[in-house]
Amino acid sequence: MAEHRTPTTEKPRLARQAMCDRLAMEFQDGWIVNLGVGMPTLCSNYVDPTKSLIFHSENGAIGYGPLAAPETADRYLVNAGGQQVTAVPGMAIVHHADSFALIRKGMVDVTVMGAYEVAENGDFANWRVPGRKGGGIGGAMDLAACAKRVFVALEHTTREGEPRLLQRCTLPITAPGVVKLVVTDLGLFEVTPQGFKLSEYAPGWTVGEIQALTGAKLVAADGLREFRVRAAR
Amino acid sequence: MKNKIYRTFDEAVADIPNGSVFMSPGFGGVGIPRNILAAVNRQGAKGLTGISNNAGTVDAKVDVGTLIAAGQVKKMCCAFTATPHPSQVTAFVRMYNNGEVDAELIPQGTLAERIRAAGAGIGAFYTPASVGTELAEGKEHREIDGKVYVLEYPLHADYAFIRAWKADTFGNLQFRLTQRNFNPIMAMAARVTIVEVENDIVPMGELDPDQIHVPGVYVDRLVRIPPDGIWD
Repeated sequence: MAEHRTPTTEKPRLARQAMCDRLAMEFQDGWIVNLGVGMPTLCSNYVDPTKSLIFHSENGAIGYGPLAAPETADRYLVNAGGQQVTAVPGMAIVHHADSFALIRKGMVDVTVMGAYEVAENGDFANWRVPGRKGGGIGGAMDLAACAKRVFVALEHTTREGEPRLLQRCTLPITAPGVVKLVVTDLGLFEVTPQGFKLSEYAPGWTVGEIQALTGAKLVAADGLREFRVRAAR
Repeated sequence: MKNKIYRTFDEAVADIPNGSVFMSPGFGGVGIPRNILAAVNRQGAKGLTGISNNAGTVDAKVDVGTLIAAGQVKKMCCAFTATPHPSQVTAFVRMYNNGEVDAELIPQGTLAERIRAAGAGIGAFYTPASVGTELAEGKEHREIDGKVYVLEYPLHADYAFIRAWKADTFGNLQFRLTQRNFNPIMAMAARVTIVEVENDIVPMGELDPDQIHVPGVYVDRLVRIPPDGIWD
């Protein structure tokens, strides 16, 4: 396993919005998208007028819109994080069992989740932290097991500088072998049979520097390039 | 026909015995039967088992956590046994860590389907959620058409506490937007279903039969939320 240590001079890393923008650039027209609580909700701030997305939340809203402005918010309409969102034409509401029927059938094209750890075999862990009894699963296990694609957004290292991209998860996993794409504040990584493939790196960072902060061997993608960010609008 | 309308929440929950199993819906602060939970808190039944998505939040509003904090709950079946951040310490988290309350942690979709199964007379079902995780350990697995599933059983309850937008005197219910969440499946799954209603309870025939989310046959008790009740 690679040796990892915090670099003495810390370079700027990618902002959370840039990370989520990059994942959202992968969404395709007509996809049903489920965004996890926390960082992943930032994916909905990336608007591509050429694509029409259907946002689904566990509590049964199918086809909701952006976060609501306080003055027009309807307290009866919230997303998975309890944030008030807007109704858009075509929205449908179902109860919780039907909402998860949609998930279990495999209709969700992509789910984006946060995580504590991701492994090179596609396992990820996002429901229990060490030293704490209990956990917060929510709908993560159902989504992870059943969505067509699982994308994960997380910081590359812990607050202590330890890697979160590992050969194998050390925490209890949410689902085995499901993660397809990972964005961290250091780059974009595809999960492949050969392990983590670095396809885009944060500006100013080298592959070697990113490898030094990663707990699994990185493979450089053929088209390795600098991280793509949202074009100015 | 039996009158289902109760004048007060206290009357509607008066007979709930110690040791009952209750279901309490709500998600993201919406669709929570806060008036009924407040009445159960006043009534004082103990040794309860709660079935709910979460076990209370850090806000000061009445929810399942109110009953937990009062020592009325011995066990929770829920999708969250920890708060999103360690800095958020609810009554449940404190008491769970101290061993004062027990819990079964259930993936949310499995929780919803177990409740639905109880209301639909299903003996058990296979789901792919949790396969390969520690939550599936010890459960019966089965491969069907090349995919592995775990066996899950229904969750029954003695009482369901429901928050509805509109109702008629027979107990036909309507919900508004994401208020619906767990409400319809819990209303169907319990032996006795008690409903708090946000609007005036209308005579039978006034609600469009094509727009009923819970048929009145599942509903036992209705209380109109009074002006000084809990509204959000």
